Amino acid sequence: MLDINRISKTFNRGTVNEKRALSGLDLHLAEGDFVTVIGGNGAGKSTMLNAIAGTWFVDEGSLLIDGTDVTRLPEHRRAAYLGRVFQDPMTGTAASMQIEENLALAARRGKHRNLRKGITSKEREAYREQLKILELGLEDRLTTGVGLLSGGQRQALTLLMATLQKPKLLLLDEHTAALDPKTAAKVLEATDKIVGRDNLTTIMITHNMKDAIHHGNRLVMMHEGHIIYDVSGEEKRKLTVSDLLHKFEEASGGEFANDRMMLA
Amino acid sequence: MNIMALFNALPGACAQGLIWGIMAIGVFITYWILDLADLTVDGTMCTGGAVCIMMMLSGYNVWVSLLAAFLAGMLAGLVTGLLHTAFGIPAILAGILSQLGLYSINLRIMDNKANQAISVDKYSLLVSLRYIKGVPFYRNTLLIALLIIALLIGLLYWFFGTELGCSIRATGSNPNMSRAQGINTDLTKIVGLMLSNGIVAFASGLYAQYQGFADINAGRGAIVIGLAAVIIGQVVFGRIHGNFAFKLLSVAMGGVIYYLVLQVVLWLGLNANDLKLISAMIVAIFLAIPYLKGKHFSKPVKKGGANRA
Repeated sequence: MLDINRISKTFNRGTVNEKRALSGLDLHLAEGDFVTVIGGNGAGKSTMLNAIAGTWFVDEGSLLIDGTDVTRLPEHRRAAYLGRVFQDPMTGTAASMQIEENLALAARRGKHRNLRKGITSKEREAYREQLKILELGLEDRLTTGVGLLSGGQRQALTLLMATLQKPKLLLLDEHTAALDPKTAAKVLEATDKIVGRDNLTTIMITHNMKDAIHHGNRLVMMHEGHIIYDVSGEEKRKLTVSDLLHKFEEASGGEFANDRMMLA
Repeated sequence: MNIMALFNALPGACAQGLIWGIMAIGVFITYWILDLADLTVDGTMCTGGAVCIMMMLSGYNVWVSLLAAFLAGMLAGLVTGLLHTAFGIPAILAGILSQLGLYSINLRIMDNKANQAISVDKYSLLVSLRYIKGVPFYRNTLLIALLIIALLIGLLYWFFGTELGCSIRATGSNPNMSRAQGINTDLTKIVGLMLSNGIVAFASGLYAQYQGFADINAGRGAIVIGLAAVIIGQVVFGRIHGNFAFKLLSVAMGGVIYYLVLQVVLWLGLNANDLKLISAMIVAIFLAIPYLKGKHFSKPVKKGGANRA
């Protein structure tokens, strides 16, 4: 479903701030794969998702989604294939618009937008049903402004928007990191529910090693812009947090795991 | 200070306010909906009048002339939009560049003259300062301006409810989210800028007719007056919970309030040459009010902070 072929990206090339964020990254996902991504700060996790989403173009390598070469496709065209949820709950929704308007925008992802109605009454009923999945009572607040929702509610709504039209690939960039533990658990639960229901191919970045182990069928660890550890199936199920920390130390050449990774 | 003089001046001030209210609706589209400060309007507020008056002087019908003014404004918006999106120039600077370039273009449109007069007696104008009193009510400029505003609000209400209109609103609200939802934010910004400048140029066409001439300086400081109307509308009517159409109406009424305040200030004996300074001060005050209110009169946050879940 996704083929990342040896992509590289360097920011601020030729300056003192030069940073090689991705170096020869290779990753291939089969349809229905749910891969969790871990790694220290600056390992290139978010950069990888941005490369897939097309926030900027990569310097080298190619990206294929379901066999289509998207390497040179601008962000808004690539969006047709992708569902995205961001770390910051403010990023994924339009605050000044209503819940139903946000959903209607998402329902038209990848379609041509013209002078037809921005939202139809038939859609409204469908959204009401969809919102029930989140179990947050949003189904009764269709015309509430999104700016009035809490971070957790907005994140759950963004998740629903990302999957309203079945995406070929769902990109979750630490989408529960900014939420309190209880809300984070609820959003993760909704994630599992939706991903399982639609058999979505998913990449989920997380700083929580337990989450990385308990969710998905595959786990990759990134370091210095590429993947240093890739595990799936039975082997992944047996992993423990200390296995991962050990693995990380080993792969990064004895360098101790940073504090954010220890938090898990 | 003769109170009757003030009362006599009020209908004219209202008419001017309504025409500038139309202009302010154009500014509202960029400033409020798209979250862009577009200074192109200082140029288009002259271009529209120049095109309209020159077309009418060449014998074209008033509506055809106004349509041409609208299209000319859209063209100016397109230039700013391309400078901003295709060439990566910050929106404010892109607007300033267009505005500066328009000065020369406006002069060319007006046959290299600083102003072009049109006689209300020889041409059938839609609005004029002579059509405020002593004309049948259906020719009254106040009524015509109100009808145009009602029509414009209706059209915009429909447009911003369409898929394209929603994507423009989303672009202003959250460009990152918009791109993630497949919206070409460059395109939506260009469309918004074109629509905004088209409306401003249309208002300019009306304003030139109202005054009886197109003037090269007609647009100087236009953005400030437009913003004043938008902000006054928000401050005065913001507490009333209304839909999008009501918001547009409050912007137009903001224009009327602005001109009424101006009239009173003039009546109090201030020099007409001080108008620009007064305008700038009115806008500065109305811009500062919401900020200062939030800073000094906000309720203290409860202990423990806001409930996030």
